[in-house]
Amino acid sequence: MNTRLKAQIVKELLSFLRDPKSRFMLIGPPLMQLLIFSFAATLEVQNVDVAVFNEDNGRGSYELLSQVGAASFVDEIIPVTSTAHLAELVNRRKVLVALHIPADFSRNIAAGRPARAQVLADGRRGNSGQIALSYLSSVITRVGGEASGTGSDPAPLAAVRNWFNPNLTYMWFIVPALGAILTMLIALLVTALSIARERELGTFDQLLVSPATPLEIVIGKMVPALIIGVVLATVMAAAGILLFRVPFSGSYPLLFLSLIVFILSVVGVGLVISSICQTQQQAILGVFAVAVPTILISGFATPVENMPLALQYLAQASPLKHYLIIVHGSFLKALPASEVFANLWPLAVIAAVTLSAAVVIVRRRLQ
Amino acid sequence: MSTSPARTSLSPRRVFALARKEALQIIRDPSAVLIAFVLPVILLFLFAYAVSLDVRAVRIGLVVESDAAGARELAAAFSGTRYFEITPARDRREVATRLVAGELRGFVVIPQDFDKRLLARSGGSLIQVITDGSQPNTANFVSNYAQGVIQTWLGSRAGAVQPQVAVEQRFWFNPELESRRFLVPGAIAIVMTMIGTLLTALVIAREWERGTMEAVMSTPALAIEILLAKLLPYFVLGLVTTLGCALLSIGVFGLPLEGSWFALLAISCAFLVPALGQGLLISAVTRNQFIAAQAALLSGFLPAFLLSGFLFEIDSMPLPIQWLTSIVPARYFVASLQTVFLAGDVWPQFMVNMLAMLAIGTVFFVVASKKTRKTLD
Amino acid sequence: MSAAIELRGVIKEFDGARALHGLDGDIQAGQLTGLVGPDGAGKTTLMRIMAALMSPTSGSVRVAGHDVATEASGIHAVVGYMPQRFGLYEDLSVMENLRLYAQLRGVERNSAESKFAELLRFTGLAPFTARLAGKLSGGMKQKLGLACALMSGPKILLLDEPSVGVDPVSRRDLWAMVHELSGEGMAVVWSTAYLDEAERCQAVLLLNQGKLEFSGEPHDLTRRISGRSFRIVDVDRDRRGLLAEALELPSVRDGVIQGASVRVVLAQDASRDQVEQVATRRSGRIEPVAPRFEDAFVDLLGGGPGGHSVLADKMPMAHLDTEVSVTCRNLTKRFGDFVATDNVSFEVRKGEVFGLLGPNGAGKSTTFKMLCGLLKPTAGEAKVAGLDLRHAPGEAKLRLGYMAQKFSLYGLLSVQQNLEFFSGVYGLSGAQRRERIEEMIETFDLKRYLSTSPDMLPFGFKQRLALACALMHRPPVLFLDEPTSGVDPITRREFWSHINGLVRKGVTVMVTTHFMDEAEYCDRVALMYRSRLIALDSPDALKASVASAELPDPTMEDAFIRLIESADAAESRKIA
Repeated sequence: MNTRLKAQIVKELLSFLRDPKSRFMLIGPPLMQLLIFSFAATLEVQNVDVAVFNEDNGRGSYELLSQVGAASFVDEIIPVTSTAHLAELVNRRKVLVALHIPADFSRNIAAGRPARAQVLADGRRGNSGQIALSYLSSVITRVGGEASGTGSDPAPLAAVRNWFNPNLTYMWFIVPALGAILTMLIALLVTALSIARERELGTFDQLLVSPATPLEIVIGKMVPALIIGVVLATVMAAAGILLFRVPFSGSYPLLFLSLIVFILSVVGVGLVISSICQTQQQAILGVFAVAVPTILISGFATPVENMPLALQYLAQASPLKHYLIIVHGSFLKALPASEVFANLWPLAVIAAVTLSAAVVIVRRRLQ
Repeated sequence: MSTSPARTSLSPRRVFALARKEALQIIRDPSAVLIAFVLPVILLFLFAYAVSLDVRAVRIGLVVESDAAGARELAAAFSGTRYFEITPARDRREVATRLVAGELRGFVVIPQDFDKRLLARSGGSLIQVITDGSQPNTANFVSNYAQGVIQTWLGSRAGAVQPQVAVEQRFWFNPELESRRFLVPGAIAIVMTMIGTLLTALVIAREWERGTMEAVMSTPALAIEILLAKLLPYFVLGLVTTLGCALLSIGVFGLPLEGSWFALLAISCAFLVPALGQGLLISAVTRNQFIAAQAALLSGFLPAFLLSGFLFEIDSMPLPIQWLTSIVPARYFVASLQTVFLAGDVWPQFMVNMLAMLAIGTVFFVVASKKTRKTLD
Repeated sequence: MSAAIELRGVIKEFDGARALHGLDGDIQAGQLTGLVGPDGAGKTTLMRIMAALMSPTSGSVRVAGHDVATEASGIHAVVGYMPQRFGLYEDLSVMENLRLYAQLRGVERNSAESKFAELLRFTGLAPFTARLAGKLSGGMKQKLGLACALMSGPKILLLDEPSVGVDPVSRRDLWAMVHELSGEGMAVVWSTAYLDEAERCQAVLLLNQGKLEFSGEPHDLTRRISGRSFRIVDVDRDRRGLLAEALELPSVRDGVIQGASVRVVLAQDASRDQVEQVATRRSGRIEPVAPRFEDAFVDLLGGGPGGHSVLADKMPMAHLDTEVSVTCRNLTKRFGDFVATDNVSFEVRKGEVFGLLGPNGAGKSTTFKMLCGLLKPTAGEAKVAGLDLRHAPGEAKLRLGYMAQKFSLYGLLSVQQNLEFFSGVYGLSGAQRRERIEEMIETFDLKRYLSTSPDMLPFGFKQRLALACALMHRPPVLFLDEPTSGVDPITRREFWSHINGLVRKGVTVMVTTHFMDEAEYCDRVALMYRSRLIALDSPDALKASVASAELPDPTMEDAFIRLIESADAAESRKIA
């Protein structure tokens, strides 16, 4: 390898890895974040407190409440004695869902008449409210069926099978995605700071008077970030497989190849930010301004296809969007090579565009 | 000679002078303008339109293996719902590959013997629903709504058996369950965290780096004045941004403001205390911008995003993480904001949340001022 | 009358390391007191203590009757302090900076406007009130910093290295202003590494390694070495060789180059015979000269470093195909409407030390940057070693070494890793690379610092390392951008002994400087003013060109100022 290039790569790596503290800052926080946020980010609803306003003293409501109390998502039943009290509990966010059993509930069931129950959820916590509500409704429907004795245990209308993740374990979704996001953030920050720092400390001039060409300078910044990103992503993937027990069904070489192209495309973005910014502070804020929207339109929080059309087009420019498809596919769906490549080429295009832009900007700075 | 007593007491004029300087610096720094004015608009826009948890028109496959009347009716019911966008197929292998590719989020199979099963109606299920479990949220949605479609279809048929218990479902404060309504207040919390914590942390670090802190400290200005003047403009900036965000949310994104503007302001003021305190603390502990940014990212931005309860339910998190969220100021802010926008003025809740935020803020300020005092030595 | 500042047994420790070792001294009102000493002597620490930004670990400091440890607010009310880099908000305008400090210092609103007018007139900044401080030249920043420090009419003015990075014209202006202030009864403390400034102070505190080595009037110190300073004149071409030889003599304490001659200071009670022999051998003769404060300073600190450069010994003769190392022809650079360099042409011969001088903002930085390929000329051409930087940048860059103003070293890397990086980036590899690195470590005595960060190095070593990194690939042309700005005389001498050695090996040196003693080391000096080249000659010729009846023996600084004044005069004549 070219000696000049090698010297730059070694220099860049050392500036992150030489002292133990910055080495730790590179690996420690992302891993910690992976741990905390993987557990925190869950769309399963658990430990729900249910407020119950029961106006019925019959067997039907007793049966219903004991079933609700036994349901796995429920933590505690809070009995209330008036609608006002119930409303207050919901208003003050003490409970997520509430159940109102009218006085004629047991009588209707006993008589074989349709009984009514009212459930309500806090719409401020829309997503979890919705999920909790559907859990609660299904418990009530089941209890109703059992109690009436008619058509006991009705067969489910649809046989549902969840491919790739039979129990819909949310962690299987979040761990690979968080790994990708954290890798992206670190790779962005590392590259965005690299040129801006040299410019602020005056070493960039020193580099520009050396025989290193703009292309070499960009490669010299790119390779170390690539190495750091690959190591970090690998560590996180290993943690995902070994620690979080996320199954891996795809091809390791293909995922590795995609990872490299993904990081290259991110590094390209980081270098463009870095070569535009004058100070490290601007570079950091620039990374924020770019990274946050990139994450939001990547399909991590919600599927891309739910977005307005214009944003769906914009999402094509987000490297994270394409990589998330590959990484989820590789972990869970045994994504075939043809599909990997279908999502890989947009990444390659982004990488090519941003990296050449970085070279052009560095060269222009020289003039 | 002796000094006049006026010099040792807090001088509003000096605080004002320093605050004015800070304000000028904010306006003249393009990156600060970007974070304080441009990014909030982009973020709100994305949370209102891009991050939508309301699932509409999910693309699913519909494999109709039977040509019988019942099967065709059900197929029509699936095609008719606004929740799904149907890709019809005759063979499940066609849609299975598209499911792997991520083009479809699931598929429904109406089997060859559907009409026979419908008549018998004992034991087995009528249809099969296959979902893409790699997207658990969407998968849940697909299976729930597919079941809903068939249930409704069955109910609409002549001679259908009425269910034993009719469950009436209500969503308070957000009857249509638009995710924008609860996501946008969360986005405001994120924006405020960025201004309060990230910007403040970086700006103070810069003051040390450029040596201007030293010059100001040699004037009669008291340490408390310098600190106060540093925070005041960001406090105002935070409030202005909140108000701007609120106006945008109400005017453009169609959010209601059920509560009062006064409550909104009070909550925002209470949140700015811990947010600014955190920024101050970070800058007092490190003067290195990279570490300051990392710290702000780790302790401010990401918790506001993931641990504040606006995307993920706090009650569902493991207990240690629930404890952790209790020191995330954004948690209290998000809850109060959602209430003031969607529910109204629930002062008991506001008071508890505001107290929590002020308490956290006080801790930050006490620690920060302990760390700041020794700075030049 | 009691002193304005009283130092009694002042000790300051940082994490157990002692920065000040028990200082005693007085600073009087109505006097200009110089605080001098080499880098790391504790000047800034003492300044900060006097400004009540720090407390001494033990001992007491009373400023205008207030104790720094307990009555900081009283001190802040009567002291004006200008820290290094002037403490200005760069994104605020001149007027906004003034207004800020006026309000901080409690200047009454109704008297503020007249105060601003007075300060603006005093500093000559009136035409620039709307300009952002960051866009001011170094000299203007310095004046604005002073104006801010003077805002409330302080009794005591503390200036920490106010003249670093500032051109002689601005320095002279500042000097005159401060003189006027001390004449009005103010106590002014001026810390500096420039000893010609110290010499003009009424009193001097000389610090070395945290100890007070001398306190009193500068001529008291200078008097101690009277009769020991000589100038060797009429030397043959190789005055650098002569200096190197002279400095190796046991009887010589210190020596510097002054244009075509060499100035030496003899050791105490040493005879002048040895020097005379050396001089005669080179057809020169010696004549006694008046001692300078700098001579006494160096003598007090144990004499200058030897004149022998191990570095130069190790360097082979520089190889260059052309006789002309650096050429620029009709070099022009425009930024929008502004012409930073206007039609500049000159040639630098092989083995020459060529100085580029000029006030701040005169365009010398821009010219310098075009010459070493950091900026693209708008018109004209620049060649290094006969190669056009536009067409063969790689080739040309291999032939030049560059040392940036602030010693741009990688603080996140160790010394060893810095050496490895710079050798690598210039394409050295394998055994050759190892040898060069080893050689540099040995030459500059860097062994014990190999795993340290350059940021932690003592100043002198930092400079050595920067030079080592710039020379790793043995360039025949060396570019130095203000190499000794703010550097103390001892470190500066060591640096120049290496440069002199390199020049004797045929290396061409191109240097920008604000420091006139440094200009004396040059063979030829180009003086830039208002984007144009206004003079180009040897230092002696330039000095001679401004000699007059009232100024028979002008210094380089006199020459600089006179030449610029006459350029101004010519300009105004043209307008008229």
